[in-house]
Order: sequence, then structure tokens, then C-alpha cells
Amino acid sequence: MKKIELENRKISGLLEDYPFLAAFFNDNGLEIAGKEEHTLKEYFNRFDEDEIEDRAIDVENIISQIGKFIEQMISFLGKDEDHVKTISIMPGTNKSGDAESFEELVIRQGEIICIVGPTGSGKSRLLGDIEWVAQKDTPTGRTVFINGEVPDKKWRFSSSDKLVAQLSQNMNFVMDLTVFEFVELHAESRLVENKEEIISRIIDKANDLAGEKFSPETPITSLSGGQSRALMIADTAILSKSPIILIDEIENAGIDRKRALKLLLSEDKIVLMATHDPILALMGDRRIVIKNGGIYKVIETTEEERNILSTLEEMDRTLLAYRTKLRQGEIITEIVETEEMTVSV
Amino acid sequence: MNLVTISGPPSSGKTAVILKTIDSLKKRGLKVAVAKFDCLYTDDDILYEKAGIPVKKGLSGALCPDHYFVSNVEEITKWGLDNGFDILISESAGLCNRCSPYIKGIKAVCVIDNLSGINTPKKIGPMLKSADIVVITKGDIVSQAEREVFASRVNTVNPAATIMHINGLTGQGSFELSTLLFDESLHVDSLKGKELRFPMPAALCSYCLGETRIGESYQMGNVRKMKLDD
Repeated sequence: MKKIELENRKISGLLEDYPFLAAFFNDNGLEIAGKEEHTLKEYFNRFDEDEIEDRAIDVENIISQIGKFIEQMISFLGKDEDHVKTISIMPGTNKSGDAESFEELVIRQGEIICIVGPTGSGKSRLLGDIEWVAQKDTPTGRTVFINGEVPDKKWRFSSSDKLVAQLSQNMNFVMDLTVFEFVELHAESRLVENKEEIISRIIDKANDLAGEKFSPETPITSLSGGQSRALMIADTAILSKSPIILIDEIENAGIDRKRALKLLLSEDKIVLMATHDPILALMGDRRIVIKNGGIYKVIETTEEERNILSTLEEMDRTLLAYRTKLRQGEIITEIVETEEMTVSV
Repeated sequence: MNLVTISGPPSSGKTAVILKTIDSLKKRGLKVAVAKFDCLYTDDDILYEKAGIPVKKGLSGALCPDHYFVSNVEEITKWGLDNGFDILISESAGLCNRCSPYIKGIKAVCVIDNLSGINTPKKIGPMLKSADIVVITKGDIVSQAEREVFASRVNTVNPAATIMHINGLTGQGSFELSTLLFDESLHVDSLKGKELRFPMPAALCSYCLGETRIGESYQMGNVRKMKLDD
């Protein structure tokens, strides 16, 4: 829309066509109540010099900012979900400048890929290359394709289209809201239509993953570690638009990790997991080994490894059962019967 | 030389972001220097020196820090040109959330952090709203949902900006920022005649001139009273 055209439109008409503008006026501290019948030009002309200075209104730019905001929101709302079906990584070099030894690494929707390697080996750089959709223009010289093609620039610069969402061990909730209000805020920022339905689905799923249940009225800051992780995972799976989820370890307490991964996959995500926990790592289909800043090799999870995984899972259940006994104030005795080994934390 | 102005609330991570970004700029063979502006105290200059980055420090002391910045930015630019730097980064803290040291035609970056609360974008004035690039830090310690809500609020108050997430501790995202900072076509020879993007708040009352006593009879000049009756 041309600036002149926009300037001469009434606020009421604009709000009718673009309801999301209410948030723009509100977040920019512009009260419009009672002024709906003004055109934008009239609205801004009403402010005298003092008011413009007091409120720090940038008269020169604000109308074009409104235009830009409308454009962004329309493209955001009208867009069909871009389905990211595959991410392909073409090799670059490691820190010493040697070529990486794989040919082409294709990661598909619904796959779990683990990333292993010591701290500082280049895990963040690999993730950075994916997020920035590297085109031989990052320190590794790697190239990343989406659905086999050279990706759109928007993946780099748009604030609403980020390729990677992150879940990590150190993350906390810092807002002072209830679970419901929190998820509602996220849903509103994503402009979803069936808000109520999505909110209750997220809370249900989170409760499904968490050992101890919580209600929508619980303040998010009083959730336990396991409940917080469950809510973060359910919220990211269902509300985040990013097609790739990076998980940086999930602590094995108060949350059913296997189910959490299943939830992410059922929402068609690509899951990348940086972990050295063998139970998590072996749940992956493949694992990328990083060494000296480069991808050193890609290992396919073997049949033998899958068998070992079941043994490890059994050990894990035993440990959890002991923990439950301890928590319930019981005397620790050897656990033999399998029905006692239900996962409840 | 390119001049880049970076500002943001205190402790938002400006210095960490700049240090990590300079690492990437240096790898491209660019000569980078920093001019650090603060009010009463800073030892960030030591951090820059340690990293081998030429740095000048300016403390505004009893003067308004942003006015002090504008009064010195031309000389700082000359220092940068005389020393043959490719990029000079000015770093200043937005202390009253109203000021913005950005200059028309000079790249402007605002650094804010996820921990400052989701209503912060609404509270910060031209420093955030007229920046070309907004860098959001401390994303590694808040949930994905809070990161997304925060970024969307920033986008609402400044739809034209490029919004980036940077982890100041690991440097994740700083390489990407470095690619947006240097542009040969944005070369500056002098700041003479250039203008601020936004006027600074008006002041000049008796307290600006050193008055310490409280009471109406001591107040002169640009004084304004709150409306207290309903």
C-alpha cells in the first residue's frame, strides 16, 4: 500500500481490514480510543510538537512502519505452511582446513539425529550453519539446502520464520504468569485462530509428559524442573513454527523423554539432539560425530546398539523405581518384580 | 572506514556481543576499533585491550551521557580515520530509555536481552524503534516460547529492523551479525553535517545547573509537574 493511500485511511477502516494493527498501536503506546474516525494523517497531526517530543514519536517513519507491519502480517497470515521436508548439508572444512569426509548429509522430517563431540568441537557452528542456511559463506564453508534447493533469504532475516527452535537444560521461565496465560501469550503472538483449543491441547500434552500433573492455573515459575521441561517441549512442538528442534540434553527426571520425542516427531519436526546420554543418543536414527570443527563421521544406529538400548532402558527403569521408593519414604529393598518398575516420579 | 553505533540498556550484553563479532571481522582481515561511552564507570576498555582491540573510553561523569556522546562522536570518527581502521564501533548504554545516539546514514544496532521482560520493547523509545538491527541476547536461559514472544514484540515496535539472536557467552550468532556490519559503500570521511535520527530529550532546569535543594521556589527553566488531581 502506498504511503499516501495509507495516510488517508480512517483508523476504524484499517482496524476492520487489519485487526492485528490494534497490537501495533498498543505496543507503540498510541491510544486510539475515541479517535477511530480520524485518518492516520489526522491522528498524527493532532499531536503538537511537545507531545511528539514527549512521546518520542517518529512522525517521519511511523506511517511507513505501519505499512511495513501490515505487509509482514499479511504475508505471515496468508502463507501456507512452508513444509521443510529435508535439510541437506554439503561438506565444508574443519578447523585445520581439511575437507569433511562425508558426501551429502540429508536429514528428513520425522528423523532424530544426535550430535556428539566434546565441548568446543563445533556443535554450535554446525547448528549455526543450519540456522543461517550457510551458502559457503560461513567459517566452515558448508552449504545447506532446504528441500534440495537453495533456500529463501527469509530464513536468515525474518523474525517469524526461524529454522531452528531450541530447548536446553539451562532454560527457565522468567515471566510471572500462570500456565494458561503463558501459553495464551505465545498463541497470540503467533496469531493462531483456534486459540482455546490449542492451549488446552498443549497443557494436556505437557501433563502427559510430566510425572506430576499441574493445572492451567499454576504459576509457571512454580513448576518443577520436569514439569517445566514438559511444558516447554509441548509448547514448542505444537506452537513453534520452526521445523527443526534442537535439544541440548534432557535431564532424566520428572519427564517421559521417549514420549517427548514422539510428540515432536508427530508434529512433523526434525529433531537434532546434542547429548552424551546413551539412552537418548541411541534413540536417534543416526549420529553425527564432530571433531576439530568438522563433521568427522556419521554413524547409523546399529541393530546391536538398539538391543543395548533396551538393556539401558531397563536399568533406567530400575533406577527410577529406587528413586520413587526413596521419595515415598520407603526402606530400599531389592526391586525384582517388573510391575513395580512403572515410571512414576 | 565504516562507523557502527551500538547501544542498549546496561548489562544487556553489548560488550560480549561486540567482542565475539570482532573475532569474526578480524578473521576477514578487517581492522576494528571500539569507542566505549559510559557514565560513571566502565572497565570494558580493559576487556577490549586484552583482546588486542584499539579502544578509546569516554566517561560523561556529570553530563548527560548521550549528549556527551554526540559532542564527541565526530572526534572519535577522526581518530578512527587517522588510524586507518576499517570499522569503528561506538558502544554506549541507553540510560534513560528515551535517547538514541543513532545517526542518519550510519548503521545502528540495538542490543536488548530476553531477561528484561516482554514489556520492555514497549518501554524503550527510539533506541530500539529506529535501529537497523536488533540483537536479542540471553536466549539460552529462557524458554523457546518467551524468545518467540519477545522477538515478535520487538518486531511490532520496529517492523523494519533485522532481528537476530546472539549468545554472548558462546558467540553463537555473532558470525552472522559480522556479515551485516561491514559494507564498503557505507564509507564515511567525516560526520560533519550529519544528523541524529532522533532529537534528544529536552532539559535545562535548575537541577541541570547543580541545584540540590527541593521545593518549587528553587525550580527554574524547563520544569514540568505531574497531574495529581482526578
